[in-house]
Amino acid sequence: MTDLIRFQDVTRSYRGQAVLTGLSFSVRQGEIYALLGRNGAGKTTAFRILLGELLPHSGRAELLGESSENLSAKTRSRVGLVTEGHPVYPFMSIGDLVEFEAGTQSTFDRAYAVAALSRLHLPQAASLRALSRGQRSLVVLIMALATRPKVLLMDDPAMGLDAAMRREFLDAMIELLGEQGRSVLYSSHILGDVERVADRVGILHGGALVADMELDQLKRRISRRFVKTARPAAEWQASVPGLLRVQLERGGARLVLFDDGSRGEAIERALRALDPALPPADGLSLEEAFLELTAGPVVLGAASGVNP
Amino acid sequence: MFLRIQPSSSDPLFEQIVFGVKRAVASGELAAGERLDSVRDLAKQLAINPNTVAKAYAELESQGVIVRRQGAGCFVAERSSPLSDRERNKRLSQLVERLVIEAFHLDFSPPEIRAAVLARLDLHASDQGTSP
Repeated sequence: MTDLIRFQDVTRSYRGQAVLTGLSFSVRQGEIYALLGRNGAGKTTAFRILLGELLPHSGRAELLGESSENLSAKTRSRVGLVTEGHPVYPFMSIGDLVEFEAGTQSTFDRAYAVAALSRLHLPQAASLRALSRGQRSLVVLIMALATRPKVLLMDDPAMGLDAAMRREFLDAMIELLGEQGRSVLYSSHILGDVERVADRVGILHGGALVADMELDQLKRRISRRFVKTARPAAEWQASVPGLLRVQLERGGARLVLFDDGSRGEAIERALRALDPALPPADGLSLEEAFLELTAGPVVLGAASGVNP
Repeated sequence: MFLRIQPSSSDPLFEQIVFGVKRAVASGELAAGERLDSVRDLAKQLAINPNTVAKAYAELESQGVIVRRQGAGCFVAERSSPLSDRERNKRLSQLVERLVIEAFHLDFSPPEIRAAVLARLDLHASDQGTSP
């Protein structure tokens, strides 16, 4: 499969403060990729670099096979955008906006836009100024989807949406994905929604990804285990790879472990050396996994708290 | 078709769908020959990624639970496992072994385990007896 989006070792700092220290990942055709991170982790910076609004200090970003530093008009026309900075002209009505978009975007599907607006109870006569933030996000999403984009980029689109609007938003996104071969890169803090739709998840922490894998894999590779051992943690802690957290309890310790894909067997071996009758692992929800992987102070350039 | 899923569970969503369909077939809620919702419809209904539903259907097809008819959709297969008798016996004994071991670690005695299995089988039989 082809990669429609690619980040290769991208670095960027603001006023001497490193934001991205080596961001690498790609989004394949037909894939929904969720980029997660705490506030200030650098998600918006990554989006801006991908769109060519900001240049990386090193490394490279690509969109539909073109370098982000000089995207052609054709490539831009095949990308749907739902971002905070998306211009919505407050003096227009929704209907004006539809006409405007239809006039400027050759691939704009007016029938789709009109039907979607009416399904979501967004009257064409309504002034954009009068809309709530959530309604405005929905209008922007519909405009983006109506161009039938090859790639949809959404930076925290759920911000300001109530539960019912979020569901509408998800439904619209799912409908788009019913069409073959479209890719989505989006960031969100609503992890319950991400669990419904993401194929792959990247967790941005400390300027780079601390996890980049299929959602199903992530939930299994980060696990909770209980080891029965009388030995003090200080003796064995350093010998267990991927250890995120240790909590001592009577008769043993409760551990949170992360297998980045390379150390599953090493983890198993280290734990069995401590407790030959090791019980099976418990998986985590995405929210639990996210909290474990982004806990603690941000150490730039290193996955904080994870043993090598 | 009525499936319930738990997106926050660490069990992959596609496996939850696979098991949900298998359970619906086993209980008689879905009859042989009945048509399943299309990938798009089920994805919409559950508000999940269509890729996930497609993956679940492919898995159900490879396990012989459903059959895909070109252009017509997916249907519940007539009940017959595509596996050899030997393979079926092997898998059944693995499942039973797992059950016995896990139940042992929950501190149940052999008579208690046997009673629980028989009760479940009775329940299953009555489910099948009462559904259309």
